Amino acid sequence: MPRTIKVEIKRQSNPDAPVVTEKFEIPYRPNMNITSLLGEIACNPITADGKTTAPIAYDSNCLEEICGSCAMLINGKARMACSALVDKLQAGNPDEPITLAPLSKFPVVRDLSVDRSVLFQNLKAVKAWVPIDGTYDLGAAPRQFPQIQEERYPLSNCISCTICMEVCPQFNDSTNFVGAATIAQVKLFNMDPAGSVLKEERLRALAGDGGVQECGFAQNCVEACPKQLPLTEAISDVTREVIVQQVKDFFTR
Amino acid sequence: MAASPRIIVVGGGLAGLSSVIKIAEAGGTVYLFSIVPVKRSNSVCAQGGINAAKDLKGEGDSVLKHFDDTVYGGDFLANQTPVKNMTAQGPAIIDLLDRMGVPFNRTPEGLLDFRRFGGTLYQRTAFAGATTGQQLLYALDEQVRRHESEGKVTKYEGWEFLSAVLDDNGVCRGIVAMNLRTMETRTFPADAIIICTGGNGAIFGKSTNSVVCTGSAQSALYQQGAFYANGEFIQVHPTAIPGEDKLRLMSESARGEGGRVWVPRDRNDKRVARSIPEADRYYFLEERYPKYGNLVPRDIATREIFKIVYEDNMGIDGQPMVYLDLTHLPKERLHKLEGILEIYEKFVGDDPREVPMKIFPGVHYTMGGLWVDFNQQTNIPGVFAAGEADYSIHGANRLGANSLLYCIYGGFVAGPQALNYAKALKPATGDGGHAAELQRQNEKNKQLTSSSGTENPFKIWRELGETMTKHATIVRYNAGLDEADAKIVELLHRYKNINLSDKSQWANTSFAFTRQLYNMLELGRVIVRGARLRDESRGAHYKPEFPNRNDEQFLKTTKAAFVDGAPSITYEDVDTSHIKPRPRVYSST
Ligand SMILES: Cc1cc2nc3c(=O)[nH]c(=O)nc-3n(C[C@H](O)[C@H](O)[C@H](O)COP(=O)(O)OP(=O)(O)OC[C@H]3O[C@@H](n4cnc5c(N)ncnc54)[C@H](O)[C@@H]3O)c2cc1C
Ligand code: SF4
Ligand code: FES
Repeated sequence: MPRTIKVEIKRQSNPDAPVVTEKFEIPYRPNMNITSLLGEIACNPITADGKTTAPIAYDSNCLEEICGSCAMLINGKARMACSALVDKLQAGNPDEPITLAPLSKFPVVRDLSVDRSVLFQNLKAVKAWVPIDGTYDLGAAPRQFPQIQEERYPLSNCISCTICMEVCPQFNDSTNFVGAATIAQVKLFNMDPAGSVLKEERLRALAGDGGVQECGFAQNCVEACPKQLPLTEAISDVTREVIVQQVKDFFTR
Repeated sequence: MAASPRIIVVGGGLAGLSSVIKIAEAGGTVYLFSIVPVKRSNSVCAQGGINAAKDLKGEGDSVLKHFDDTVYGGDFLANQTPVKNMTAQGPAIIDLLDRMGVPFNRTPEGLLDFRRFGGTLYQRTAFAGATTGQQLLYALDEQVRRHESEGKVTKYEGWEFLSAVLDDNGVCRGIVAMNLRTMETRTFPADAIIICTGGNGAIFGKSTNSVVCTGSAQSALYQQGAFYANGEFIQVHPTAIPGEDKLRLMSESARGEGGRVWVPRDRNDKRVARSIPEADRYYFLEERYPKYGNLVPRDIATREIFKIVYEDNMGIDGQPMVYLDLTHLPKERLHKLEGILEIYEKFVGDDPREVPMKIFPGVHYTMGGLWVDFNQQTNIPGVFAAGEADYSIHGANRLGANSLLYCIYGGFVAGPQALNYAKALKPATGDGGHAAELQRQNEKNKQLTSSSGTENPFKIWRELGETMTKHATIVRYNAGLDEADAKIVELLHRYKNINLSDKSQWANTSFAFTRQLYNMLELGRVIVRGARLRDESRGAHYKPEFPNRNDEQFLKTTKAAFVDGAPSITYEDVDTSHIKPRPRVYSST
């Protein structure tokens, strides 16, 4: 009999519906990833025990780990579905089922799709942008040495997947912690020559409740980040600056 | 005159965000609709870079050379005036992006670094590592977030554009959109709309594009009376990683940094790639095109790889694949390609620094699109378009790194033009057609949810992709194109018998997909009909039965109109007011 891939998916048809687990068996093909498994189910939405069901809802777009859409829990681990390869997940034990579940710290929309708009709200709160005068032609930007670019570029690679927030023990309703991604963006924009004009505002936004002080240095974020952002470094740098800013503000008030 | 014009921008890739920024800056009110959160748009995928003739390498590059390369690369099918304007704006656009904080690569002196791309002899492409599109999209996204926080922009993310609302005179008065969570359909009034919904790779099943690139919005407008131009011009990129679900791009920058394409001279050579000595390797692009080498324009590289595999039977191990080799490159050069090397490593499992990559062409870019005038307006008053969704600039073949530039340029023109148009617009009589259009869309939805057929939409999509890829990509034959059209007509017929396995009214992604599928089928016909009727070869459109360019008959823009439920094709003269068409030859030394 041709080999199949066993998959168990935690499902919820809407935010108020009960959570159920459905099992599927999908014909094996080499080089499949989790998103192609889910596509296969859409083509033939029948569970392992023969029940017709609805295709699985999940977010995806680029399928090459650059748009940040497809984060979910795969075998319990937060990661991107499009770059999770079945052959690798099953290496050694091809009969072991693959489990899929939505990220646990964000409101479920449906099945594997969750609402992560909080990150975009946070980016607004810290003014993660360069406040340019306008888009008309103002000539070249100031020169910037390659060393600076080398430092900024890795921080600019954040795909807003929210995995760093998912894995962070401090990211929860009681702390209101903004999470590593937002702090890294503060460092990025504070480093930009023109972006740094908002530096103080950004640091103040991270000073109070939910700010840098909530970080417990568990370091889960830096391990889980699919884009290898230097997150712990960014958090300690920004924390230091927040403290300096607080001291300054204390004396000038 | 409307007091404060309301503009709707549909799509939040580079083109959409650029128009939003211009409108917000000019004091207009913008509503931005996008299926995905805009930061996750397809533009994020672009790797290689963005063109602008800044001539920072002492090569004597100029905007006129950029203009000529673009027109020549597009085999003279592009209207020249917009191309001239775009290339002239290139340097200022790069400077602006730099001011917005894009982490472009730098020279030791702190200036912008440039690399060479296909179809030119100059180093004209600015880049941010190998994730340029991501960096540009983020920069614009941040500016839009800033305007949003100041109340000038309202985002509707997770809403899909279904159609335009047209009044009795055929003037656009707004849109109908569907909330992809609640599945509610609603109309939104607007004085002008700008369509920036990207390309249509999904019509070919597998492509280098993102999942939402279905062309559904463009197709809906075509079915409402907009012309769809040059649909038959589809760019197949020479170097993609063949994959299960997607063809992942290996950017032209790999060759720009010195990557070489080859196959073993002996088709039975079974040695591992790196142990094959130079003399036994056939660098077929370099041998056949000594001047441009591995950086011939994409249509040419693609056809050569196709020929090596299917005519010369020289694919690696008899498979449809050739080597793209970077293993000889020095570390600094490889470092600039990090982002794409990671993609290969992640999805194939081999390290391209050590092992030559195996690649094959894949559907990549939609040159055709909504017909627009030089102000980016379609033939429907009040409907504008920009970015990959329109047909301007690239003619019969797009040059690498010209799309990012065009998307931003196009948005910068469309935004202010839409605003001007809106300011002069007379108020609608009655409800401007809103109720009728909403009802039309709701009826479509009802038909789908009440359909109790047997056809799985995802299977129909697969069949569409297979027939389009087989007959309407690299090599086209009239018999094959006729077959493809007949197949799509059959699929449209079967679509009536669709079975929605999910009829729920909450975050129903398969329902939304099924709606898009219908539009993909209609647009598929436009591509196939346009190709069938164009009996010549030009740029990406290649017919062995008609191997030459035929300017007398076909130096013309193809315009498809939706008449009696089928594409009706007419032709329009191309603006060649600046550069006289000449034969396009890259093989000389
Ligand atoms: C892998 C890859 C690499 C590339 N590399 C380069 C490169 O190096 N240089 C270069 O110049 N070009 C490159 N390109 C091409 C370039 O990236 C695209 O042409 C360009 O980004 C398209 O931008 P856009 O703004 O037109 O649309 P997109 O970025 O595709 O955005 C489309 C937007 O429309 C929205 N949308 C679509 N339909 C609807 C609807 N019905 N309702 C509401 N919203 C909708 C989407 O949500 C999205 O926000 C590359 C393309 C790919 C795929
Ligand atoms: S920092 Fe890393 S894990 Fe966090 S959102 Fe960005 S890419 Fe994802
Ligand atoms: S689909 Fe874009 S990151 Fe996975």
